[in-house]
Amino acid sequence: MGKRGHCKEHLRQFSDYIDGELAPDICAQLEAHLQECRDCQVVMNTLQKTIDLYQVAEGEETLPEGVRSRLFARLQIAQSTGKKPGE
Amino acid sequence: MSAARQFPSEFVDRLIAGDWQAFNELVDQTSAGIYGLGLRMLGNAQDAEDMLQETFLKAHNALRGFEKRSSLYTWLYRIATNEALMMLRRRKSEFHFDSEPVTQEEAENGEEVVDWCCLPEKEFISEETRSELTRAAVKLSNAMRMVFLLRDVRGFSTRETAEILQVNEEVVKTRLVRARVKLRDELSGYFRERLQGQGNNG
Ligand SMILES: [Zn+2]
Repeated sequence: MGKRGHCKEHLRQFSDYIDGELAPDICAQLEAHLQECRDCQVVMNTLQKTIDLYQVAEGEETLPEGVRSRLFARLQIAQSTGKKPGE
Repeated sequence: MSAARQFPSEFVDRLIAGDWQAFNELVDQTSAGIYGLGLRMLGNAQDAEDMLQETFLKAHNALRGFEKRSSLYTWLYRIATNEALMMLRRRKSEFHFDSEPVTQEEAENGEEVVDWCCLPEKEFISEETRSELTRAAVKLSNAMRMVFLLRDVRGFSTRETAEILQVNEEVVKTRLVRARVKLRDELSGYFRERLQGQGNNG
C-alpha cells in the first residue's frame, strides 16, 4: 500500500461500472483487479456509498406548504391575466 | 427515481392547449423535484423558491410552442436548470466572488484509503452527515454539481441529462465522474474522523 493513487486511471471505469456501462471484457479485467487491490475495492465501495447517501438524503421530497401556496398564488395571477376567452 | 417519466400524450395535448387544470397537475407532480434541485444548486430556500416560480411561469408561457417529439419532463428541467444557472451567474457577477472551486487533486493523496462503509447506519442518517453532504456538494463547480444532481439524484439518464443541459453525452460523463470522485474524497475526509471517533469509544 506504499504507492497511493496508483490506480487513479480506474476512476472513470469505476463510475462506468456503477452505471453498468462497462464493456464486458473491461468489466472482467476490473473485477479481477478489484479482487487483488484493496485500495480500489474501498474506493469503489465508498464511491457507490457516496451516491447512495445523496439519493437517500433527497428521498423524502415534498414541497413546503408555504412554497406551494405562494407558487400557486403567483401562477393564479398569470392565469387571470392570460385568460382565454370564455373561461 | 424519476428517470424516463412520461406524461400521457392526451395530458400533454391539454397542456399545449392552455388547460389550466392540466397545468396545475403538472405543477403538483413536478414542483417538489424542481424545488429540491434549486435548493441543492442555489443553497438557500429563497433563491430556490424564486427559481421554482420563474420556471413554471416560463414553462407556462412556452408550452404553446412545445414540440411533442421531445419529452415534456426533460423540457421542463431544461427551463429549470437554465434558470438556476442564470441565477448563479448573476450572483457571481454581483458579488465578484468566484464560486468555481479550485479543483483539488485527490484529497487522499499520501493518506491511507479509508473504508467508511462499515460505519453504523445511524452515522449516515444523522443531521451532521446531512449538512456534510450539503457542504461537500457546494464545493463542486456549478456545472459538475448540476450533472451530479440530474444523473445521480434525479435519476435522469446520460442522454436525458445531455438534452437538458444542451451538451454532448461525453461532457455529461466526464463531469459526472469528476463530481462523484470529488464528493467521495470530501466525504472520506469527514468519515475518516468519524471512524477515529468510533475507535476512541470502543
Ligand atoms: Zn487498484
